Amino acid sequence: MTELRRRGGGGDPDSTENISDKEADGDDRLAFPGEGEGEMEGDSKADTPDVPPSTDNTPQCLNKALEGLSSRWKNWWIRGILSLTMIIGFFLIIYLGPIMLILVVMGVQIKCFHEIITIGYRVYHSYDLPWFRTLSWYFLICVNYFFYGETVADYFGALVQREEPLQFLVRYHRFISFALYLAGFCMFVLSLVKKHYRLQFYMFAWTHVTLLIVVTQSHLVIQNLFEGMIWFIVPISIVICNDIMAYLFGFFFGRTPLIKLSPKKTWEGFIGGFFATVVFSFFFAYLLSQYQYFVCPVEYNSETNRFAVECEPSNLFMIQEYTLPAVVQNAVRWKTVNLYPFQIHSIALSTFASLIGPFGGFFASGFKRAFKIKDFADTIPGHGGIMDRFDCQYLMATFVHVYITSFIRGPNPSKVLQQLLVLQPEQQLSIFNTLRNHLGEKGMLPPAVEEAQ
Amino acid sequence: SRTKSDSGVPEVPVSADDTPEVLNKALSGLSSRWKNWWVRGILTLAMISFFFIIIYLGPMVLMMIVLCVQIKCFHEIITIGYSVYHSYHLPWFRTLSWYFLLCVNYFFYGETVTDYFFTLVQREEPLRILSKYHRFISFALYLTGFCMFVLSLVKKHYRLQFYMFGWTHVTLLIVVTQSHLIIHNLFEGMIWFIVPISCVICNDIMAYMFGFFFGRTPLIKLSPKKTWEGFIGGFFATVVFGILLSYVMSGYRFFVCPVEFNNDSNSFTVDCEPSELFQLQDYGLPPVLKSITGWTTVKLYPFQIHSIALSAFASIMGPFGGFFASGFKRAFKIKDFANTIPGHGGIMDRFDCQYLMATFVNVYIASFIRGPNPSKVIQQLLALRLDQQLHIFNSLKAHLTEKGLLPALEEAA
Repeated sequence: MTELRRRGGGGDPDSTENISDKEADGDDRLAFPGEGEGEMEGDSKADTPDVPPSTDNTPQCLNKALEGLSSRWKNWWIRGILSLTMIIGFFLIIYLGPIMLILVVMGVQIKCFHEIITIGYRVYHSYDLPWFRTLSWYFLICVNYFFYGETVADYFGALVQREEPLQFLVRYHRFISFALYLAGFCMFVLSLVKKHYRLQFYMFAWTHVTLLIVVTQSHLVIQNLFEGMIWFIVPISIVICNDIMAYLFGFFFGRTPLIKLSPKKTWEGFIGGFFATVVFSFFFAYLLSQYQYFVCPVEYNSETNRFAVECEPSNLFMIQEYTLPAVVQNAVRWKTVNLYPFQIHSIALSTFASLIGPFGGFFASGFKRAFKIKDFADTIPGHGGIMDRFDCQYLMATFVHVYITSFIRGPNPSKVLQQLLVLQPEQQLSIFNTLRNHLGEKGMLPPAVEEAQ
Repeated sequence: SRTKSDSGVPEVPVSADDTPEVLNKALSGLSSRWKNWWVRGILTLAMISFFFIIIYLGPMVLMMIVLCVQIKCFHEIITIGYSVYHSYHLPWFRTLSWYFLLCVNYFFYGETVTDYFFTLVQREEPLRILSKYHRFISFALYLTGFCMFVLSLVKKHYRLQFYMFGWTHVTLLIVVTQSHLIIHNLFEGMIWFIVPISCVICNDIMAYMFGFFFGRTPLIKLSPKKTWEGFIGGFFATVVFGILLSYVMSGYRFFVCPVEFNNDSNSFTVDCEPSELFQLQDYGLPPVLKSITGWTTVKLYPFQIHSIALSAFASIMGPFGGFFASGFKRAFKIKDFANTIPGHGGIMDRFDCQYLMATFVNVYIASFIRGPNPSKVIQQLLALRLDQQLHIFNSLKAHLTEKGLLPALEEAA
């Protein structure tokens, strides 16, 4: 408590600059003048939460190996080694297969949620708020239950039909999820304590916005994954590549600053990163499109009770000939070129990652500046928290998902069949007739069936 | 004045007396307490009459009203945010809030329109393109707003701007999703719109009456005026009211039929064969009731049984929405959300108990009443690849043959 008082009273480096921020702090610091609680809040109201100095999280072995080098190079080496470790880790879990990937995505989601909520606690000094920690985790579980339930019902159709309790859970899934959420909502209302109303509402809103951002993204990632591992690997790799390339181009050629929000970013880095990423994704897509393991939708095999990635690759992943436009023909002297159609799509993905992806990074930078924190957390030595690594991924998963639904695939056939079987028999019959006419027109039905019409 | 209000809480502007002149004159004789009662009473009556009028005017008008209420609620909550954070002059922010409101509405209305106006959409070429790439377009619009937000971040106002961004998104989440669920319910049949709203209003009024006449034990510290007597009395009164209202409404096609868009007349029609839910059935009474009333069976609409569930939810959970709003008002030290309705406060004040009801009705319908929408299923079917369609065709044929719905002739194929 004394520490807080001292921080509040002492030299305030931001006093001249952030007047309006201070006022905002004043408003949300809950100085309830009439009530005894006012003391602690009143003092810390002058200031934003003090960032605890970054504890040096580097493991001992690295420290020993690098003790000879100067501090600047040491930092470089640590970042480099950790980057390499993370990339190798990434390849490892890809190798381990879809289940592992889903678990890792879930782990990352939980850690990101934890990091952002912890920041909320620090900002509002609300760590000891009654019930709140429990409620945040409860809401996380509810929302995850809802989303996973929707996915499971879709993809594990056959498994679900077999088990009786699962059938019940699936049929009333929305109702059950809503009931669970309501229970949490009522707990929140009942937990409102007289002196802490505003804090509690802030934390409630903070939790919900975090859930909106973190949990929906992670589920879109998993849905992309089920479409084919390539739709998971290529976007993430593109964002990582853009990050690294923009950094390198900026390091060597950077001169013109890009945006006041992130003074280290430069236009040279931005443009260089854009072109490098498009080229990288083009070749990377070519490499991955050849393997069924990456290209096939992930399916659950009811007999072997495992995930299988085996199929006839769709048109997207079969080499086709494209005629080059006349300009390029003169330059290169080839008439046609063999490409996977997916490579064309990868250009769209990499363009998005290079042009809009950085906005996710700026958003996170703005957020960190607003709450005066240097990193989201200290999980990864040299890099900060998990959220720091994933801030540029933020919009990518949503974009890929929207892209797939708009341009690549239609509705999921097994889902449509499921819905069909739930309809009333008369409705099923009428749909059956419509479908028969439609297929008959297209010449898809064997003549015997057509005659029977 | 900015530094003065630093010590707390936004100054609540003294409630401007919004009562129209005509009412003031008519009630000038009465004392202030009775005057307040009369103003509230008259306004309540006015609102209920207004409700009946728009129901009479039909689905189109109802949708417009829902849209307007949504916009007004959004405006009220955002204005509170401005006064809390003194952020009225924040660059861009007002534009961005309304822009996000437009985007989210565009997304939701697009999804609804595509479902219900399917044939109309297929006919007009520009509509078809908009509907095919709907999600992509909505996402692009949202992204534009997001990028504008990032570019509008100004050095001294980061935190404020993030707060307002968060405030806008939570408001959108609450207000806009609710209003779209209401419209979904409406399309299911006007009765699914009227009965829930009426149950909540009835519960409000009944709980108030019971509390006024019999109230003694306080219910929750958050709202000191609520009492257990009001709560329980309101519960029973609402259930009875719900049963009677459903009985009255289930007899009319206007309320019971799903709202459909007629391509030929280019207007909404509510004409259909009422489903089983809305046909009188005999229910055997349990022996207890038999001995009391001397009847063996009773004729009820199945919908009346469902209305018990709806009114139970309205009476038990609806108040929690009210407590949430009360807590919110106490947290930000405001008396009412706005001064729109004399004697009652803002639109949001009237709709706070409705908050959870629309979601509950929607989830209830999806879980217990209807299956998927057949026209939507056909749409999806026709969008699949031909080999997938064939596969589904065969599965469906096998299923229907099993059920004996297909003539045996087909089996020869």
